[in-house]
Amino acid sequence: MTPPDPDPTPEVRRRQKSRALAMAVILGALVILFYAISIAKMS
Amino acid sequence: MLSKSSTLSSPATRLPAEWRDFLALTKPRVMTLVVFTGLCGMLAAPVAIHPVMGFTAILCIALGAGASGALNMWYEADLDAKMKRTAGRPLPAGRMEPQEALHFGVGLAVFSVLLMGLAVNVLSAAILAASILFYVIVYTVWLKRRTPQNIVIGGAAGAFPPLIGWAAATGRIELLPMLLFALIFLWTPPHFWALALFVRSDYAAAGVPMLPVVAGPKVTRAQILLYSVPMAAVAVAPWALGLAGAIYGVAAIALSAVFLVLALRVAISRETDPAAMKAERRLFAFSILYLFALFGALVADRLALA
Repeated sequence: MTPPDPDPTPEVRRRQKSRALAMAVILGALVILFYAISIAKMS
Repeated sequence: MLSKSSTLSSPATRLPAEWRDFLALTKPRVMTLVVFTGLCGMLAAPVAIHPVMGFTAILCIALGAGASGALNMWYEADLDAKMKRTAGRPLPAGRMEPQEALHFGVGLAVFSVLLMGLAVNVLSAAILAASILFYVIVYTVWLKRRTPQNIVIGGAAGAFPPLIGWAAATGRIELLPMLLFALIFLWTPPHFWALALFVRSDYAAAGVPMLPVVAGPKVTRAQILLYSVPMAAVAVAPWALGLAGAIYGVAAIALSAVFLVLALRVAISRETDPAAMKAERRLFAFSILYLFALFGALVADRLALA
């Protein structure tokens, strides 16, 4: 595993932020999906 | 694996890959057709599936297709770099480390199969797993670089989605989804060989033994027609066997007739300049419309009957 860059460039920061946002959206969508599946299974 | 990393790394890959590059790994355009045929297989089933489970099944089919695409791009990064059509993909362009693509593909494959098995049913999960393994191992690793029959046998991988959609809804495999499987299986060679005829130089440069590269355009044109005939017969079969109604029957006969005419034009063409291959381009473009329209007609037919 590569150690984190102590002084990332603005481009690296922008990409990290955009990936983190995409991951947050995916995780949020999965939470909603798993909740919906649980409700559907119970019904 | 190590050689892949070392040969494809470049200074540009030191930047973290963007989320768009991960999306590109999933071959979104291919995924569209996969999702559509999977959805149609599900909607054509005689049993209504719970909307949440239906959505989950289609999501799993899409993720499984995306995983296959990502693993295919990981394994074929060296080939992609040699072809104009694929040189801009994230790995050959140096926007992503090969290991990232491998982890992404494996993770997506495992997740899609597990989710399908836990949320929908085991049969659809098993077929999804088989389709991913077939595409990655049988087609990408084993056949693609070895034989001009690569897309004939490998075409089976793309034929699984309607079977998965049907199995997700019913938990069974019946004759109609097997005919849909056979339809896509027989449709794949004319579709890809029409493309391979006008991008032959690309495949030749990459050393991929596509039929036009190995056997020449004359044999390829004849083979396109040869596969189009049983494909048309299988397309009409659901109506002829009473598994689909008149809407599908009329659509299947009309669309297959156009397909056969276009395939015949390709078969009798003697054009050698890829830029002037109009018949081949028309057949390739129509073949995509053909599959969309045929599956759409099947669903319309089912909805009309219901």
